[in-house]
Amino acid sequence: MTSLYGTGVCRGYAVGNAVVIKTDTKKRSEPEFSGEANELERFKDAREKFKTETMALYKKLFSAAGSKNADILLGHISLCDDPFFISETEKTIKEGKTAAQAVNAVCTELYDIFFSSDDELTKQRSSDINDLKNGITDILFGNKGFSAENVPENSVLVFDELTPSAVSRINRKNTVAVIANGGSVTSHSAILARALSIPTVLGAAKATERINSGDTLAVDGESGEIIIEPDEVTAENFSRMGKEYDRKKEEVKKFINRKTQTKDGTEKTVCANIGNPSDIENVIKNGADGIGLFRTEFLFMDRDKEPTEDEQYFAYSSVIKAMNGKEVIIRTLDVGGDKNIPYLGIPKEDNPFLGFRAIRFCLKNRDIFKVQLRAILRAAVFGNVKIMLPLVTVKAEIDDAKELISECKSELKREHKQFNDDVPIGIMAETPAAVFSAEELAKNSDFFSIGTNDLTGYIMAADRGNPNVGYLYDTGQNAVLAAVKRIISCGEKAGIPVGMCGEAAADEKLIPVFLRWGLDEFSVSPESVPYVRKIISEN
Amino acid sequence: MVSAKVKITDKAGIHMRPANNFISAMVKYRSDIKIIHGGNEINGKSIMNIMAAGLKYGDEVEIICTGEDEKEMLKEAVNLIESGLEK
Repeated sequence: MTSLYGTGVCRGYAVGNAVVIKTDTKKRSEPEFSGEANELERFKDAREKFKTETMALYKKLFSAAGSKNADILLGHISLCDDPFFISETEKTIKEGKTAAQAVNAVCTELYDIFFSSDDELTKQRSSDINDLKNGITDILFGNKGFSAENVPENSVLVFDELTPSAVSRINRKNTVAVIANGGSVTSHSAILARALSIPTVLGAAKATERINSGDTLAVDGESGEIIIEPDEVTAENFSRMGKEYDRKKEEVKKFINRKTQTKDGTEKTVCANIGNPSDIENVIKNGADGIGLFRTEFLFMDRDKEPTEDEQYFAYSSVIKAMNGKEVIIRTLDVGGDKNIPYLGIPKEDNPFLGFRAIRFCLKNRDIFKVQLRAILRAAVFGNVKIMLPLVTVKAEIDDAKELISECKSELKREHKQFNDDVPIGIMAETPAAVFSAEELAKNSDFFSIGTNDLTGYIMAADRGNPNVGYLYDTGQNAVLAAVKRIISCGEKAGIPVGMCGEAAADEKLIPVFLRWGLDEFSVSPESVPYVRKIISEN
Repeated sequence: MVSAKVKITDKAGIHMRPANNFISAMVKYRSDIKIIHGGNEINGKSIMNIMAAGLKYGDEVEIICTGEDEKEMLKEAVNLIESGLEK
């Protein structure tokens, strides 16, 4: 029993028998050069055939993995039609090479260009080039190409290189897991493996050398561990965990579009946290009751000046419209701390988490803040929107923000621009000051949302990233829980809804406690929505 | 010959799917299209050229179209990049 490790890219556990698939050991009968005209013709025919085959794979994948994922294969068709690829290959054929040699040479050169890129995403695309090379040379050699379709039941496929088309050819019924020597979380193969939900470990160095076909393997698609020839107990454990995981996943799925309610029928809300409008697809797929935290930093990052009002308006509108009347809580710009945006010119500080960040920065940079507030007020006509202020410590910050919001409204009125006059304004409760002033803050807020991530750090005075004090960073500590309880009860007394948008909102052990204290809304990552709804239903 | 400068608006840069969306629209035109990026010349009808160029969010590029339908081609190219290529 030995182990090797890679990167787990698709969760799940499996035990099965290895089928090792090496691209370079395929038998290839090298045909002779048959004349320039003939080789050019063979190249053209092979391309046509490659496109037909890829189109067929695309249709298969489309029904199994959806359009966005299957589009990867449409990209392969374009690669095959690429004018640069065609002209370079034809040039090489005219120099006296066979079609197969030419395709091999040109693709190898392209592979090197992609692989040497500094950009990780571009680098990962080199395996798409290999897919093209192998596909076309297989056709030219008359090889049928490896068919992962005809593997025996309970197979663990071990590839030296996992290309997208190889994933598309996998027989989902007989394949329990996939392993490959290379690849990473961002490769197209990983995306497809997740879409097909096969437990997958990539980047397991020398897997095809260390594993022989027929070996029994236990695979953990989360941690990336692969156990070769596991003993009976380990194998049994893995099968049990696999079954348990599948069962849980199926069970959780049932909660995607259910009403959120506790055992005694009290209605609750499970929302999603998002950081980008493109996350919305996942939010809808998982049946969230709304968006409990829409982070707006994405709009300000990776650029050299702040976004315009219209740019922000379009981004907010797209999310609000997609949610179709369900609640969307937009958190105003939360910069500073660990989130630095160079052009905003926030000076370097000795204690950034106690420094110039979030609402403190916005209230000092009113021009930037007002542009965002105006964009939100305008977009709010499309649905149910709330504004959330981050890192509030004193009531004056709420007063100031409200004053700015009224200013924005009068401006918009003067400019005859449409906006929503009735947007609730709440705070993210995440500082010790907010905990102790919760009564006063609640009287001046339309809602509370507890940000447990920062709250835990501030209450415990511990940086989660520092390994020497990381053990103190624990939302389950009594001091943190007492703070949470205080915020909930003050909100309740003032008659405002209280939600939670930190990681603790998805904690199986803490959810029952929060429910008992009367928390109304749980906002978690989109994937966790059905899971949290299930836990609520059991309490 | 007509040309225009434009900034890449796709947050994740121009990887395979966006590049494919772009060239699929461009091959309909008879004119040639070049994208100038950091001194390099990219064939705007070649998915490989575009992908290998590693165009990133916020990069400024110049688009040059040459041929009988150059104006229409340039207009669509600029529109596509400005509105984002990731569908």
